[in-house]
Amino acid sequence: MELLLVIIIGLLYASGVYLILRRSMVKLLLGIMLLGNGTNILIFLLGKITKGSPPVINEAYKVFQDIYADPIPQALILTAIVISFALTSFAIVLLKRVYALVDSDDLDDLNTPEEEDL
Amino acid sequence: MKSAILQTATRYLLPILLLFSFFLLLRGHYYPGGGFVGGLVASIAFVLHSFANGTASTMKILRYKPLSLIPIGLAISTLSVVAPLLLGLPPMTGLWFEEPIPVIGMIGSALFFDLGVYLVVIGVVLTILFTIALEQ
Amino acid sequence: MLFTVLTGLITSSLLIPFGKLVKAKWSIVLPLVPVLLFVFYLLHIPTILGGTNLVQHVDWVPSLGVNLDFRLDGLSLLFALLITGIGTAIFFYGRTYLKGHPYFDRFFAYLLLFMSAMLGVVLSNNILTLFVFWELTSISSFFLIGFNNDSKASRDSALSALSITGLGGFFLLAGLIYMGHIAGTFMISELFTKHDLIVDHPQYPLIVGLIFIGAFTKSAQFPFHFWLPGAMKAPTPVSAYLHSATMVKAGIYLLARFTPILGHTEIWNNTLLIVGGFTMVFAAIHALFRVDLKGILAYSTISALGVLTFLLGLGTQEAIIAAAVFILVHALYKATLFMVTGIIDHETHTRDLTKLGGLRKVLFPVFIAALLAALSSAGLPSTFGFIGKDLIYEATLHYKTNWTLWLTALAVITNIGLVAAGFMAGLKPFTGKLPPGFANVHLPYPSMWIPPLILGSLGLIFGVFPGYIGDIFNYQAANAIVQTDTAMHLKIWHGFNTVLLLSLATLLIGIVVYFFNKPSERKLAAVERLNSIAPQRIFSIIGRSTMRLSNWYTQTFHNGYLRSYHIKIIVFAEILLGYKLWISGPIHIKWDSLTPLSWYEVGIVAMLLGALYIIVTTRSRLTSVVSTSVIGYCICLMFVFYSAPDLAMTQFTIDTLTTVLFVLVLYKLPSFINITSRWLQLRDAVVALGFGVILSLIALRVLQEPNVTEISSFYGENSYLLAKGKNVVNTILVDFRGLDTMFETVVLSIAAIGVYSLIRLRLKSSEKE
Repeated sequence: MELLLVIIIGLLYASGVYLILRRSMVKLLLGIMLLGNGTNILIFLLGKITKGSPPVINEAYKVFQDIYADPIPQALILTAIVISFALTSFAIVLLKRVYALVDSDDLDDLNTPEEEDL
Repeated sequence: MKSAILQTATRYLLPILLLFSFFLLLRGHYYPGGGFVGGLVASIAFVLHSFANGTASTMKILRYKPLSLIPIGLAISTLSVVAPLLLGLPPMTGLWFEEPIPVIGMIGSALFFDLGVYLVVIGVVLTILFTIALEQ
Repeated sequence: MLFTVLTGLITSSLLIPFGKLVKAKWSIVLPLVPVLLFVFYLLHIPTILGGTNLVQHVDWVPSLGVNLDFRLDGLSLLFALLITGIGTAIFFYGRTYLKGHPYFDRFFAYLLLFMSAMLGVVLSNNILTLFVFWELTSISSFFLIGFNNDSKASRDSALSALSITGLGGFFLLAGLIYMGHIAGTFMISELFTKHDLIVDHPQYPLIVGLIFIGAFTKSAQFPFHFWLPGAMKAPTPVSAYLHSATMVKAGIYLLARFTPILGHTEIWNNTLLIVGGFTMVFAAIHALFRVDLKGILAYSTISALGVLTFLLGLGTQEAIIAAAVFILVHALYKATLFMVTGIIDHETHTRDLTKLGGLRKVLFPVFIAALLAALSSAGLPSTFGFIGKDLIYEATLHYKTNWTLWLTALAVITNIGLVAAGFMAGLKPFTGKLPPGFANVHLPYPSMWIPPLILGSLGLIFGVFPGYIGDIFNYQAANAIVQTDTAMHLKIWHGFNTVLLLSLATLLIGIVVYFFNKPSERKLAAVERLNSIAPQRIFSIIGRSTMRLSNWYTQTFHNGYLRSYHIKIIVFAEILLGYKLWISGPIHIKWDSLTPLSWYEVGIVAMLLGALYIIVTTRSRLTSVVSTSVIGYCICLMFVFYSAPDLAMTQFTIDTLTTVLFVLVLYKLPSFINITSRWLQLRDAVVALGFGVILSLIALRVLQEPNVTEISSFYGENSYLLAKGKNVVNTILVDFRGLDTMFETVVLSIAAIGVYSLIRLRLKSSEKE
């Protein structure tokens, strides 16, 4: 199964990179989100994946009795997910403002400032 | 997107979801859950309500601006971090009541910290979504 | 001594808030600064004459050995007096010269900065602080030379001066650091004792070469001389200050200062002799062809600097004495001539020698000043210039090699040129018939003609009492260069000997040359034609190609297109990572350690791949947003399979909210347009796939590494014992790494405030809604 994850990581990165090389701002944003997802899975994979044993201690005990999934990547990814939400929402609003200003989704239009800005 | 079914459903769903989010917050220390997830579920409850009844009416239920939740949440987390200083312990030391309290379980500074996170998350998500929605 | 350096700096910065006030009423306070400093240094003469050196130490960057160490010996005192003394004259003169100029305050701010920097150079006892002040003179002179910033020629010459002297500065820094490293000290006073250590070091020629480049660029020695004539674009007070006593003399100061440390070797003496000798003859002849008064003065300055370099190259005690005297001689007459030129320019609005004449009738006091300076420059007996010339000839004649005669001949030729050039600048505009156009020319304010008159008269007075003056100003300076007692005592009369004959012959031939040499535009053009092979051209070619290179670089690498930056960064990362993977050896997959595969996992992955394909290819915004959320949910399911319930819940809720957000904002926008060509799409696809493959390979390599679980097991074992929690992920977040989470919530809040303000604040009324 790790091999499948490896392939998914590669494809997420590839499509993310492809999207950030496009001219559209929305695609740029989607690309960044895909790259973030790819990174999350990469970090997850680094902790060695385990099935069916979450890092939660059994009710009856005070320490782990059995093998358990690595909690560190999980804590890291949880933080990353929430932060990426903040990033995405800010970027979306920024995009909306830019769209209101230049009336275009084309990144190249940002290179030609309006005359009053010059 | 006003549908009678959704409007009726959200009337009951909102309190249930809020209760569930609080449940997630409280059990976070022992089972999957916690401040982040709890806060997110609570925000989804309000977002659902705003979908059914319009953002304005959701704001009316909330009474206060969601932005005001952010400083409250941050203040609670900060308090839980510095509280041990009052007892002469290094900051962030975990403080716990000896006996568990019925329904809620063990109460400690970590729970207050999580509560702060919970409030901040609700404040942030609702601020973002409602400012955008109201602007349309 | 620190206070003298700081006074100028502080006054300079005070001109920023009080500039307007000073410009309007209080401009008289400006010359008081150099007056104060001049008096301060005059009061130190007795101490220095007694043979004691003043030392001051202030810690600055002790860990790097960079401290504010100042030291006042004879050489420093001579220069400090020149800087503040000539500075006084220039400040009085410039105050009237620039009266009513819109940038009056700015001008004096630069001038004060420059003066302080020069004082810093000559007073520093630490070679690194010396370098800092050295660079400060380059920078402040850049502003002074380019003061008329609306003229392109002025800006260009300022840039050329800065690039030449700045370039030299780099070499100087390298040389100084190298020298300090070898000697183990950066203190000049300690370096004096390390002469043998440095000179015997195998890298000695390198050090000398580096320091020479620094000194030669500053002092305009061939082939770096061309910035100096260009610097004549500056207002005349600046030229007078920079080229008589200060900026260009800094290089000479450096050579003199380092003579006891690096000198008395064949490399040192011969290089200085060759460079100085060539420069002085080259520039003296060049000066004769100029028609612009300032051009003549610029080339005669270069020639005089060549003489000084040449004298330091001779290195004998007599030559050093000659140099110490000639520095003062030249500063006096050259400053006077520059100021006179400024007055002529100011009153007649021309500096063209072919048009000027007869001005003695209208500018008599100015004529007297110019005459005194020209006579001192010519070395007429009983002027200070005569003493200087005598000493030069004495030095060359007593230099015991096979080349004695040749060296003397060189000195004679140079001096003939200087005599003629001095007369051209100081006499020619005042003699002959007054052109009718200049009949209305009137004398400027006294504050403009008195300073040159005083300086000019000093040339005469010093010449009458050379013994006394020499003892005060030059004796200890020469001692500081030679490092022993030179027993120098100047005399006005040496009796009839070869030196006197040579002096008189020089004077006569110079006068003859003056009368027969008629500079004209035509001759000048003929000389200028030689410039096509001159170093100036080579420098400008280098400058232009650098410009073109940087233009090309900016166009290619900083073209403002985001995707172009992206592709460069990604390709570079691919190369770097690919190389690292390549050298880290083959990848083995441990098949037995992999977790088994189940059908629902394959299903999820298939769904995910489908969604990915749709995102990349679709033209509909909504479809791509929905596909992104499908990917998010698939990842969420994977977290469920692989024992990460917290992650799954968070991913699920966040994904839902992100989708809502996207839909709220984006459903109004039109669909994607396909603008890029097929070829570009293909190129991007190749780059993107390459990156994906490399990342996959990295993931595989990571799998092959042994799993380190120390930290994880610490958290696992102590989760309940220390943090009273059984959900380890949660205890990490709220307890073990609580501070991180704390700041994460702060980041979230900032994002929310950002969003709120972006939407609520209306930045522009023109915005379309």
